[in-house]
Amino acid sequence: MVTLTRNSRALGAAAALAAIAATSPAQVAPGNSFPSLSAAGLDGGVLPFTAGKVVLVDFWASWCAPCKASFPVYSRIQSDYADRGLVIVAVGVDDGLAAFNAFVAKLKPSFVTVHDANHALVSGVQVPTMPTSYLVDRTGKVRFMHPGFHGDQTERELRREIEMLLAEKTPAP
Amino acid sequence: MKAPSLKLALLAALGAAALLSGGCQAASAVRVRPWERGALADDTMNPDRDALGAAMSEHVYFSREAASGGRGVGGSGCGCN
Repeated sequence: MVTLTRNSRALGAAAALAAIAATSPAQVAPGNSFPSLSAAGLDGGVLPFTAGKVVLVDFWASWCAPCKASFPVYSRIQSDYADRGLVIVAVGVDDGLAAFNAFVAKLKPSFVTVHDANHALVSGVQVPTMPTSYLVDRTGKVRFMHPGFHGDQTERELRREIEMLLAEKTPAP
Repeated sequence: MKAPSLKLALLAALGAAALLSGGCQAASAVRVRPWERGALADDTMNPDRDALGAAMSEHVYFSREAASGGRGVGGSGCGCN
């Protein structure tokens, strides 16, 4: 009986250790639901209304050169598709608010920028590289993911995918 | 006879779990995540950021060490060129 109790305890400990090992967050990928932006404690800007819309979520940092190149492209895309239901939210992951603000002030994006000061959202999403953008459909599911920004190629791909997602039916309320 | 084999199995399970959790934690402790590379991307981390300073340092280095040519630079190491 004593042996059994000890064994049960040991088994429990093993299970707990295995559970700890399995708790590191998995990378958000196409097919997954994108984490809630409003629950992520983002600051530096006001989150737009995203329910039922196609959302492009971009993770960027002021020290990342491709991020700088991507902003004018996202501004163009925003102006072309906002009327049809596209929302762009650019999530800055700089450690300091000053760097975040300086970058935004310099590039003057036409889309929403918010600051993930605590890295809560970016850690949950587990972005593979900087920048990475996620195209989320009207139901809140990630449909496309773009690690890195490759100029015209990325813009072409994004436009094609956005057209496709915007053409999909809006889910019933 | 039954107890030792069960113990062995439990020990093996514990070992595997410890290896998994310990290994993962150790790896995450040393890995710099993509969003944490601000300091690494800073210009001060670039060894070639000051071309003139690098050339002067290189000249002093090969003159003092008599190591001219070691980095693909012509000269005899006399410090006179």
